[in-house]
This record gives sequence, structure tokens and C-alpha cells, in this order.
Amino acid sequence: MFLSSKKINSSEDFSVHLRGLSLQMVNAANSSHIGGVLSMADVISVLYHSVLNIDKSNYEHPDRDRFILSKGHCCAGIYAALMIKGILSREQLITYGKNDSSLMAHISHKVPGVEFSTGALGHGLPFGVGKALFSKMHKCDWKTFVMLSDGEMDEGSNWEALLFASHHKLENLTCIVDFNNLQSLDTIEKTLNLEPLDKKLESFGFDVILINGHDHNQILQAFNKKSVGKPKIIIAKTVKGKGVDYMENEVLWHYKPPNDEELRNALKQIGY
Amino acid sequence: MRNTFINSLINCADKTDIVLIVGDLGFSVIEPFQKKFPDLFINAGVAEQNMMGLAAGLASEGVRPFVYSIANFPTFRCAEQVRNDVAYHNLPVVIVSVGGGLSYGNMGYSHHAVQDFSLMRSMPNMRIFAPGDPVELNKGFDKLIEYDGPTYLRLGRGGEDNIHSSLNSTIYPGTIIKVVDKQSSRLVLSTGASLKYAVSENYAFFEKDYDVASMPIWGMDLKQEAYNSLKLYSEIIVIEDHLVDGGFGSWILESFNQFSENDTSIKLLGLDPKVTNMVGDQDYLNKVGWSL
Repeated sequence: MFLSSKKINSSEDFSVHLRGLSLQMVNAANSSHIGGVLSMADVISVLYHSVLNIDKSNYEHPDRDRFILSKGHCCAGIYAALMIKGILSREQLITYGKNDSSLMAHISHKVPGVEFSTGALGHGLPFGVGKALFSKMHKCDWKTFVMLSDGEMDEGSNWEALLFASHHKLENLTCIVDFNNLQSLDTIEKTLNLEPLDKKLESFGFDVILINGHDHNQILQAFNKKSVGKPKIIIAKTVKGKGVDYMENEVLWHYKPPNDEELRNALKQIGY
Repeated sequence: MRNTFINSLINCADKTDIVLIVGDLGFSVIEPFQKKFPDLFINAGVAEQNMMGLAAGLASEGVRPFVYSIANFPTFRCAEQVRNDVAYHNLPVVIVSVGGGLSYGNMGYSHHAVQDFSLMRSMPNMRIFAPGDPVELNKGFDKLIEYDGPTYLRLGRGGEDNIHSSLNSTIYPGTIIKVVDKQSSRLVLSTGASLKYAVSENYAFFEKDYDVASMPIWGMDLKQEAYNSLKLYSEIIVIEDHLVDGGFGSWILESFNQFSENDTSIKLLGLDPKVTNMVGDQDYLNKVGWSL
């Protein structure tokens, strides 16, 4: 695994590093799910670069913001973000998916900086709701962020949690749906149609913000918008495999890791 | 037993950072807690997956949630949340199931909690606390609060009689409490509300000169303690209000299989699956359903 010498002065720079590291990790570990890592990469980069109050000195501090990855199969992107933040070392990162590593290929709370293990879908939001409820009950300032996949919105547990979050007016909770419109086998509309998702979520009592999930200005504005008396959910329209032309909108890259030649091509395309 | 539970909870709410979460159940039981601690009471609605997930979230911040519901709802309905969110993260959530075993017998199969031990004991970190009567519940509550991991608390339906007149000694996890001590080498062992059958004259154990004991607190990490507590007996009959498969008796067999080098006779007296197709109260179904 090589590290780009490019300085990180912006969330865009952050996203180049995140994509580059993630691509190398799944290549080395021969693991899956790079498509969903690349689709959420820009939102994650804005979160870790500009929104979450988390760095290597405070990632266990009680006042830190809480981030939960509910689409746990895309953990390579979070491990990469944690390395860019200095919480994980390069030596830790290269163990991803290897024997005896704590960096398993579904996100693990055994990894420093990770709040919660997921991998079965529909678990992150109820857990995050519990954290947000705690923060509200104890009048804490920290916020809770939960990243969900679009296919994951099929899970009934998420809709139970949405009801609860709205009923309890958890305005310290921000959810993001990485809407890349590709599930495990096919598109959303051909699998179990979610649309109109924004209207459904509005009717559940959420502050719904629809954005281009690759536009860093839109992403930051959505996070910065204050929701009053209701929880927030950002529907980030994204492209699965974003940034690598042969991966974009192809369900194959939910499963396949890039081989060495494909990796070189991909790293070149993203400008790593 | 339910009222003893609520009173114990009220008594510890001043000292421990707890919340009571109910799955829209608990009428005529939970009101005293709700009235005294309205800010510590949450009705999560009829939504068990979210209820268990949010309990894990609260526990991860240092709270001890008690999640209260009936029979299979806080276990099977949200089994993956119990497995992944609570047990895997080793969070101190107390899962409270009212109506353990066949205590809701005439409500039918949906309310027969006769596989709950099997499910819950398969999870690393999970402790089971199945008190034999209100005295054991009251006495064991401190141990439950002390344990820094998840617990499955199996209660009856309510109105259970005290079997112990009093209990002076501490209840140690994985160890027996003797109820009848004849200095015998033969033992009738129960967990949970089956204790009333273990001491019942209807079952003629007394005639055979058996000791009777209860083991209210057990779980995957307590097999050595269980074996140590039982090794002096040459014959043990294990009774439980649960299917034989995967229950308390199976756990006792595993404990002996792992640690014993002697030929202790262990017989399991649990429920035959035929009770799952029957209607009847707890006593009736236990009587006709035992599979010895």
C-alpha cells in the first residue's frame, strides 16, 4: 500500500486519499463492496474533514460526535478515513481482511475510532437513536450521525427507528442515505421501490434534504443546516463506483475487488 | 414476581443509572415506576427490533436499560439485535421477559416461551437469571446489577408463591441454592419457576429421598461453577419449564461433559414438543408435557 504525497487542504483532497486507500485495501484483501465505498466517499470525506469533532486526540472523549456506519460492508472507507485522521496507522490499515486483524471486512468496534459493529443491515439506526436519546436526556452537546444504504431502507427495523426518532424529536440525530440506486442484485425500483423516499420520510416527521452526494458544497450545507424540533435525514444521490469509470453503476463491483492492473487504472482515474 | 421486579427496580433507580423501556406492555405492573421516575421510563411501542437496538445504544453510553416485554417478544422477535447489538458488544442490557415457560399456557404457542433458554444461552456474554420465586428474584437483584454484561431475566406471569421462607446467603452465579437438604447423593435441580414442581408433593421426589435445589443464575461462562456446585451428587434430575432441546438440562449436561470424569447420572425432565400444539394452564401443560 502506498500513500499519496498530496497534502489534504480540503474535503475534496480528503476524498482522493479515502478512495485511493480503499481501492488498495480491497485489492490487497481480495474483498468486496468497493462500489458502495466509492459512492459514499464524498459524504464521508466531508463528515470526517469538516463536520465531526473527532481527531486522534479525542476519539474516545465523552464529548465527541458519534458516527455509526450502518452499511457496515463498506467499512474500508471508514478505516481509510480513520487513518487519514491519524487514528489508525498504516501498519494497522494494511492488515485489513487478513488473519488475526481486528479490521474485519464488516465494520468492527474492536477498531479504534469505531463506535459500533454492523454487517447485518437495519441495526445502525436503532443503535444511533439510542445514543441520540441519551445525548438529549443528559443535555449533551454532541451529535449522532448514521450512514445508511438505500437498499437497507427495506429493513423494517429502520422504519421502527424513524418512528421513534421523530416521536422523540431527536434533532441531534442526522441520518444519511447513500442513494446509489443499486442494491445487491439490481436497481431500487426493480427490487423494492422506495420512491418517493423524500415524501415518505417527510411524512414520518423528518427534516429531509435531497442533495447531490458528490458535491462537497451541497453536502456541507446539508450538514450545517439546523433542524429544529425534528431529526434530519439527508438523501445523498450518488453513483455506485463513483470516480472509476468501469465501476460506475455496475452491480459487479458490489462483489469484485480490482486486480492489480484494474487498481493501477483506478488510482490514476481518481488522481491519487 | 412481576411486582417484586418493579419494586426492586424502583429501589435501585436512585443508586444506578437505569432506564425502563417497555414494548407497549406491562399494564398494572410498571405504573409505580413510571409514576416515580417518568424521565426514566420509555414506551418504545410495538417495535421490538428498534427497542433492543436503542437499548444497546443507551447502554453504550453507560446507562443500564431494562427492556421489558412478554414471552418471545424481547428475545426471538429481535434475536439478531440481542445477538449483534447487545451480546456481541457485551453491553449491560437487562432483557426482561414476563411469562417465561408456559405461564401464559392458555394463550397459545405465540406466548409459549419454551425455547428462550436455548436462544439466549447460545450467546457469548449472556447471563441467564431465572428466579425460582420472588425471594430469589429479590435476593439476586444485586448480582444482576453488579454484572457488567447482558442478562436475560426470565419472570413468571405474576402471583407466584414464595418457596423459600427466607434466604440468608448470597446467590452466587452458577451455584445451587438448596431448598430441601436431606444430605442425599441424589438431587432434583431446577431453574426458574419449575422450582414449585421440584418441591411439589405431586411428583413424589420426597419419597425417593432427594435433595432439591435451584440454580437461578447461569450461562455460557459459568459451566465450571455449575459442575463444582453439583459434583458431589451421583444422580441429578434436572427439571425445567422449557423444551428439553437446548435448555437448562442440556447446559448441565455440557458442564459435566466438559469438566466431569465421573459417571454421574443426569436425567432431563423438560417439555415434549407436543405441548406446543396444546392449550392449558402452566401446571396442566407441565404435567402432561414432561418427557422423562
